[in-house]
Amino acid sequence: MAVQEAPPRLPPAPPAEHGGQPAHPPTNTGTTNVKLAIWLFLASDCLFFGAFISAYLLYRGRPQTGPTPQQVYSIPFTSVSSFVLLMSSLTMVLALAAIQRGDLRRLRIWLLATALLGSVFIGGQIFEFTTFAHKGLGLDTNLFGTTFFVLTGFHGAHVTIGILWLLSLWGLATQRRLQPGDAEKVEIAGLYWHFVDVVWIVIFTLVYLIPPTK
Amino acid sequence: MTTATETATPVPVRAPVILRRPTSTTGFWSWFSTVDHKKIGIMYGGTALIFFAIGGIEALLIRLQLAQPNGTVLTASQYNQIFTMHGTTMIFLLGMPLSVAFANYLIPLMIGARDVAFPRLNAFGYWGFVLGGVFLYSSFLLGGAPNGGWFGYTPLTSTPLGLGALPGRGPDFWTVGIVMLGIASTTSAINIIVTVLNMRAPGMTLMRMPVFVWMMLVTFFLTLFAMPIITVAMIMVFFDRNFGTSFFLATKGGDPLLYQNLFWLFGHPEVYILILPGMGIVSEVLPVFSRKPLFGYPVVVFSGIAIGFLGWGVWAHHMFTTGLGPVAVSAFSLSTMLIAIPTGVKIFNWLATVWKGAIKLTTSMLYALGFIAMFTIGGLSGVSLAVVPADTQQHDTYFVVAHFHYVLFGGLVFGLFAGFYYWYPKVFGRMLDERLGKISFWMMLVGFNVTFFPMHLLGIFGMPRRIYTYNNGLGWNTLNLIITCGAFVIALSVLIFFVNLIVSHKRGQIAGNDPWDARTIEWSISSPPPEYNFAEIPEIDSRDDFWHRKYTEDDAGLLVPLPSGGSDTPAATRAAASPGHRIHMPSPSFFPLIAALALPILGYAAVFHSFGWSFALLAVGVLVLVFGVYAWAMEPAAAPEEAH
Amino acid sequence: MTNRVWRRGRWGLALVGVAAVVLTACSPSNSQNVASPHGTQAHRINNLIVPIWGIAIAIGLLVMGGVVFAAIRWRRRPGDDGRPKQIHGNLGLEIAWTLIPAAILIGISVPTISLIFKNDATPTDAMPITVIGKQWWWEFQYPASNGQKPVVVADELHIPTGTNVYLSLTACDSSLPYGVNNGPGCNVIHSFWVPELAGKTDVVPGQTNHMTLHADTPGTFLGQCSQYCGLSHANMRFRVIVQSPSDFDAWLASQRQGPAVSLANAGEAGTLFSTKFQCSNCHTTTNASVSTYGPNLTHLASRTTFASGSFALNRDNLIRWIMNAPGLLPMQSADCRKGPPGTPGVTCVGMPSFTLNTPKGQSVMTHAEAETLATYLLSLK
Repeated sequence: MAVQEAPPRLPPAPPAEHGGQPAHPPTNTGTTNVKLAIWLFLASDCLFFGAFISAYLLYRGRPQTGPTPQQVYSIPFTSVSSFVLLMSSLTMVLALAAIQRGDLRRLRIWLLATALLGSVFIGGQIFEFTTFAHKGLGLDTNLFGTTFFVLTGFHGAHVTIGILWLLSLWGLATQRRLQPGDAEKVEIAGLYWHFVDVVWIVIFTLVYLIPPTK
Repeated sequence: MTTATETATPVPVRAPVILRRPTSTTGFWSWFSTVDHKKIGIMYGGTALIFFAIGGIEALLIRLQLAQPNGTVLTASQYNQIFTMHGTTMIFLLGMPLSVAFANYLIPLMIGARDVAFPRLNAFGYWGFVLGGVFLYSSFLLGGAPNGGWFGYTPLTSTPLGLGALPGRGPDFWTVGIVMLGIASTTSAINIIVTVLNMRAPGMTLMRMPVFVWMMLVTFFLTLFAMPIITVAMIMVFFDRNFGTSFFLATKGGDPLLYQNLFWLFGHPEVYILILPGMGIVSEVLPVFSRKPLFGYPVVVFSGIAIGFLGWGVWAHHMFTTGLGPVAVSAFSLSTMLIAIPTGVKIFNWLATVWKGAIKLTTSMLYALGFIAMFTIGGLSGVSLAVVPADTQQHDTYFVVAHFHYVLFGGLVFGLFAGFYYWYPKVFGRMLDERLGKISFWMMLVGFNVTFFPMHLLGIFGMPRRIYTYNNGLGWNTLNLIITCGAFVIALSVLIFFVNLIVSHKRGQIAGNDPWDARTIEWSISSPPPEYNFAEIPEIDSRDDFWHRKYTEDDAGLLVPLPSGGSDTPAATRAAASPGHRIHMPSPSFFPLIAALALPILGYAAVFHSFGWSFALLAVGVLVLVFGVYAWAMEPAAAPEEAH
Repeated sequence: MTNRVWRRGRWGLALVGVAAVVLTACSPSNSQNVASPHGTQAHRINNLIVPIWGIAIAIGLLVMGGVVFAAIRWRRRPGDDGRPKQIHGNLGLEIAWTLIPAAILIGISVPTISLIFKNDATPTDAMPITVIGKQWWWEFQYPASNGQKPVVVADELHIPTGTNVYLSLTACDSSLPYGVNNGPGCNVIHSFWVPELAGKTDVVPGQTNHMTLHADTPGTFLGQCSQYCGLSHANMRFRVIVQSPSDFDAWLASQRQGPAVSLANAGEAGTLFSTKFQCSNCHTTTNASVSTYGPNLTHLASRTTFASGSFALNRDNLIRWIMNAPGLLPMQSADCRKGPPGTPGVTCVGMPSFTLNTPKGQSVMTHAEAETLATYLLSLK
């Protein structure tokens, strides 16, 4: 990871004298504690989504009553909302680059843009769920409804938490409490945000695009 | 990197704090705000021992009920709740948190760190565990305790309440409680992995780490990856029970066995999560009391890692009778036999460690030796269960109950007891009473075998598990009575241990820094250690660094003491030179506790979601969570220096 | 050294022999003892596992002997200098104790896998029987053959000696519209186990598992559900009655008959059964070929036990059961009399009490009524 060391905040924390994580104590791996922790969390979260996706794939195409994926999906619509989410990863990168340059104005713009794009995605998901419900697909309708709503619902919850996180950072930034020395805070949020995006790409591919073999 | 002028003028932190930041590190309230890994470790240990006592009382009730045929001590409904809670307690509220207790207290001391990587997250994990346990036990008063077994097979547990597969709200409490405990243990896992990977003292390379630290590292990697799977399984069960989904509903095409696959994909690594800490502890204890290095350190470490990997490939051996088909069954039979190999290697390496040693039979050493012997029996009965045709006879009988108690009680609990006797002096500065210790060890060894060995025979005589009653005339009566007697011997032994813990805390012999002539660096500092652990971060030159500062080997490989002071100044001496008052430690905080408080509130809101008032509870829970998390995030890890 | 190991090993094998004798000697008659096999599958398993236990005991004694020996032999005594030779490891030894267990395990795995396939093979010319697990009793269905109707019985499985019996096991009874899962009669997971005849096979909703029984000798063999299935799991017993082929044929022929006494000719008992206490919501006494919510009672009196093999079939037991079944075995049946199976909001698993918790508008059963019903039921040979 080619991330530059941020200058220490003032008052300078005595390096390595803290048991905790502030400043950037030298670590054995060279990765800061927080960054290592978020990577571990994301690795753990992979199995969370992996288990739900496995359940979806296991049950895909089983005989059942009620609406099938082909009857409810609108691939063009979901493609657009997926694209929006993908673009939010780009704005997230721009936000991180901005704070690393010390450009706090652009940081605020890109953070807000990312949160907005995420909100558009969530809006799209709410619209999609409502449409599906009108077409007669509920949580309890059939296996498709069960596995689809629970999987995408938990993904939506992850995105929502991400949006709240980004907005919190944006709020700090507007109060000038997010300084270039805090670049790592943005980077951590970014790692989470990119992860949630990648999970969506996997879901979109496996759940929406690849038709059941039957 | 540009240095913007904005950085030069830091904005003072306007902490949105309602509660004044606690500063005291002593006194009653300090226990609620502490972020000191040693205090949290003690709290984990104390709480887990309370749950150990509760789970033990449940075990005694089970044994009273089964002492005779057609027992009337408990009703069927009570028995089913109690055996479920016994298993759930011993695994989630004793085994895992007690391992976390040891890890929390010892890992920073053993790798030469001042604290864990995330002190407040550590406190959050502890409070999540306590509140999760309290939440689970509150079910006894709020509509029935969990009664689907600790494994909670669907569709028994996932059938909605109104359809009557199981009486009561038990499975709702169980699923939500396990998710809460899962969140807590995931935070501890992340914390400890980061601590081990990132915060080792200079020179403490991975292959110089004590085996205990290694085994804990593997344990917490397993926790990290196993917990999300059980979380998903619990979410599915909860949704099936409450929101009409059909994950495990056969009549809508769902597959009840999907649950078993998910559960055991978590559940088998979980077995290694429980046993690896025990293996780590005896790998420390045996060399110290044999005055020999661990035989084949790299092999012990790598076989631990191998167990960690292979542990993911054996889950379906819990499902040999479910109709997987002969090919799948054969494959899992082979993988299960494969995992016996690294386990066997460890046993032989431990045996070789004590071989030709200068063995001192302290209570700790007795437990460690008992671990080898008892765990071997559990391992061998495990191999017999891997023989699938035999498993179709022994599965779900008392043979299996015997097997996993030899592994988890003879293994984990004996290991943890070895650890208690070994590290108690470091933690409390006083020795545990050896005479009481030895009495309780021999009672434990005898009681344990009287209790669990006859269970092998009961299984062979055809007694299934999880039955609250049995008929006369099946040849089970005498064995069951013997087992019940044995259980009370164990209980007495544990009681003596508790007395020992309490009495020695006040009256035990003063330990000094290094009462055992030990090998690892936690023994180089005072007992109990100062808040900052090491006045000066030690520099590590070798495996068993502290030992090599005390001893060297002559040409024949015999042990030669070095002159006092050693080749280098030990950390302890250096510690005395600098009293350490300038060391700035993370400050106490109430916010981890507040954030954790949101978990049971949200949990009750979920369990009682069909009642209108649950929305109020939900709102309160979300508010508490948001407040806790934001206040925590805004609060600096350590209060500014001026505050002192 | 090798000599000592060998002697220990021999000692272990001798111990296994003693243990095997004890296991079989201890086994009481009429038990469910794994170590006293009476069926082909159980014999095969026993023959495989007993030598493996021998090896296991030998290894166990070796390790434990080693621990005890080391602890005594090298115990530090007063005056010892505590300066043992520092041995850090020995690659050769470590490779040895990796490879030797591996070799033993390979030796075990070959017959294991061979027997997995052997016991799993579908027999030709086998007699098919369907086994359905319900909370908390077993139903056995003998299929229709030669134009004759099927036979449905509960709790007691009759099979002939020397014949392959191919069981199809399921927890879903598709002839019933409601079950615990609220679909076509699906129930929870159970496990079918007759230790002296064969290993167990789980009974899983949504799938049909199979197993083969092949009994050597006539006799009664006890079985029990071995997968936790809720409140009365411990009481989900059954028995397998192995008969000579001619006895078995005679039994099956008698089961194919109509009822000994038709409900219409049963007088007061008929009214009590079908109208006053609505036993017929869950049971039938007139048709041995159908599946019902409760056990099929058409030939009840031909059985030796009732209520999942919990009680001997006699008049006193039957009267007590009819009046207050949940007082004898725990069941979730408090609401059963609020409506027939499938009534929304009625949770009913098991048989209700006809003397306690009687809903408004329904009758409390008198002892005399129970006697009338018992007399009638015991006439159903």
